[in-house]
Amino acid sequence: MKIAVASGKGGTGKTTLSVNLALSLNRRCCLLDCDVEEPNAHIFLKPKFLREEKCNVLIPEIDFKKCVWCGKCAEVCAYNAIVIVPPSGKNEGTGFVFEHLCHSCGACEYFCPIISSKEASSATEINKEIKPRRLAKSISERGSNQCSGSAKAISEKKKEIGKIEFGRKGKVDLITGRLNVGEIRAVPLIEKVKKNISLNLDAIIDAPPGTSCPMVEAVKGADYVILVTEPTPFGLNDLVLAVEVLRKLSIPFGVVVNRYDYGDDRTLKYCARENIKVLAKIPFKRKFAEAYSKGIPLVEEFPECSRLFSDIFKRIESEMFS
Amino acid sequence: MKQLAIISGKGGTGKTTLAGAFACLAKNKIMADCDVDAADLHLLLSPKILEEHDFFGMEKAFIKKDICISCGKCREICRFNAIGKTYIVDKISCEGCAFCAKICPEKAVEMKKNQAGKWFVSETKFGLLVHAKLGIAEENSGKLVSVVRGKAKELAQEKGVDLVIVDGPPGIGCPVMASLSEIDFAVVVTEPTFSGLHDAKRVISAARHFKVEVGLLVNKSDLNPEITGKMKSYAEESNISFLGEIPFDKDVINALIAGKNVVETGNSPAAGRIREIWKTVKDRIYDGDT
Ligand code: SF4
Ligand code: SF4
Ligand code: SF4
Ligand code: SF4
Repeated sequence: MKIAVASGKGGTGKTTLSVNLALSLNRRCCLLDCDVEEPNAHIFLKPKFLREEKCNVLIPEIDFKKCVWCGKCAEVCAYNAIVIVPPSGKNEGTGFVFEHLCHSCGACEYFCPIISSKEASSATEINKEIKPRRLAKSISERGSNQCSGSAKAISEKKKEIGKIEFGRKGKVDLITGRLNVGEIRAVPLIEKVKKNISLNLDAIIDAPPGTSCPMVEAVKGADYVILVTEPTPFGLNDLVLAVEVLRKLSIPFGVVVNRYDYGDDRTLKYCARENIKVLAKIPFKRKFAEAYSKGIPLVEEFPECSRLFSDIFKRIESEMFS
Repeated sequence: MKQLAIISGKGGTGKTTLAGAFACLAKNKIMADCDVDAADLHLLLSPKILEEHDFFGMEKAFIKKDICISCGKCREICRFNAIGKTYIVDKISCEGCAFCAKICPEKAVEMKKNQAGKWFVSETKFGLLVHAKLGIAEENSGKLVSVVRGKAKELAQEKGVDLVIVDGPPGIGCPVMASLSEIDFAVVVTEPTFSGLHDAKRVISAARHFKVEVGLLVNKSDLNPEITGKMKSYAEESNISFLGEIPFDKDVINALIAGKNVVETGNSPAAGRIREIWKTVKDRIYDGDT
């Protein structure tokens, strides 16, 4: 089963829940840290990291020796990521690609009319390469064929936006996506982290907070989503939005109320009114907060908590298979 | 006019609570809630909406069934997997690159306007608030943040208000970058946790990239005095003003539940500290001005 743990806002205990769930499963499972801007699951799990992979996206590069300043690439880019400055008077022509604006859609390379004559024979190759769906499908995967693309005056090059780290602790495999500082494109990295889900293992996905694209990418394809919230007006406001997203995506979900005794009952009333299953209520204890601040998972410091988490699983399973 | 931002490396550190408290303590100001993905500041300010505007994001592709000949071209080139087998565009996956529209031999693809959110100007008990709501599953690209900030600045100039308080989004992504430009002073709110220091450092380096002066503040500081101490020495070593500590205080939540700010409801330990911190921050903002 693939279970995503999400939350309308940060700081509700999403990572804590993900790690503790993985540890209380008591069978081999995979924990995917998709909170790629601030991945923190490893701090609690303390795995041994075994290897890492780069995550690349494709960003175009202009070859000024071939470019004829027609401006087609800039014209087709919907994100205004390209500026072409044709030669004027004594000034040589130039151009810029603003990497942070580029979404790697591939349109600029496709529409660039210039194919150097020497490499023209490979032109049909390029078209073939851009066309097959399998290759065009993923923005992060096509890079290995980049050389043949260079026949155009503008061609795509790989650019690293982050890393994927593979670690293990006991029965838990941890796969962490880590966005490089200064990078803003979380979605391709999350997509790549999720490619590592293996069909025969349970997977727990720690999703990024919020309700925008990265969160949607992380929960997409999950069998079930656990929404973590706290019973404060802020928590409730953001829970309502997260519920809206999951209903739109038609993914079954339940709610875990963290620090449930540390707020008011509006959250529980909302769940009852909306017919949303409350999977667990975790009490606020100062000793829990202290263990968290030290980076110790609850089930390690307080083994008696482990039932609380394995019960969440049982509830989800009975809901899914009934 | 000065602009003050409250930011944090991760969510849930008490950033909005602090922004709300500053809003209450500052005399003449306009507030801008730039946490457009999880906008919460309005919950503390009981706003009355004066203006409501649509925010348009990237256009989305729409395939006209009657013209489409199912040639499959668009589906081949879409890198975002947004076009299904029956040539219906999945609005959530479409990133609006318009590649499909340009390649379609039948001109069957229309790029349609997409309302990605709304933004508002509201009257609150502490003054004007500019806030926004990004639609669900939309790209949080920083553009909406820029709209909110632009409006707040414009209002401040129009009304002769000399301070804009910006409740920034958490994290280090694009919206944060949009929140940091032209800021005079940024308060980084953190908690004394193992990950908190790491997250704070990341956001501080982002702020420094924009040459914004920063101050560090530790919320719920007594949960782990050891890490609080480390944060203090980190601030000293890196030449960042350490603004102070706020102890863990249940009154903060109690006030929130009552739809109020902790500084409005009385004299709890946290409220006392926040008042002191506000004085320090105020001095820093107007530092050098006479
Ligand atoms: S790949 Fe797409 S988004 Fe990037 S520069 Fe080219 S046209 Fe623009
Ligand atoms: S890179 Fe290609 S499309 Fe762009 S201006 Fe040069 S020749 Fe034209
Ligand atoms: S390219 Fe145009 S005609 Fe071909 S399948 Fe797509 S929308 Fe239909
Ligand atoms: S506009 Fe771009 S992302 Fe949207 S369907 Fe067309 S090709 Fe795909």
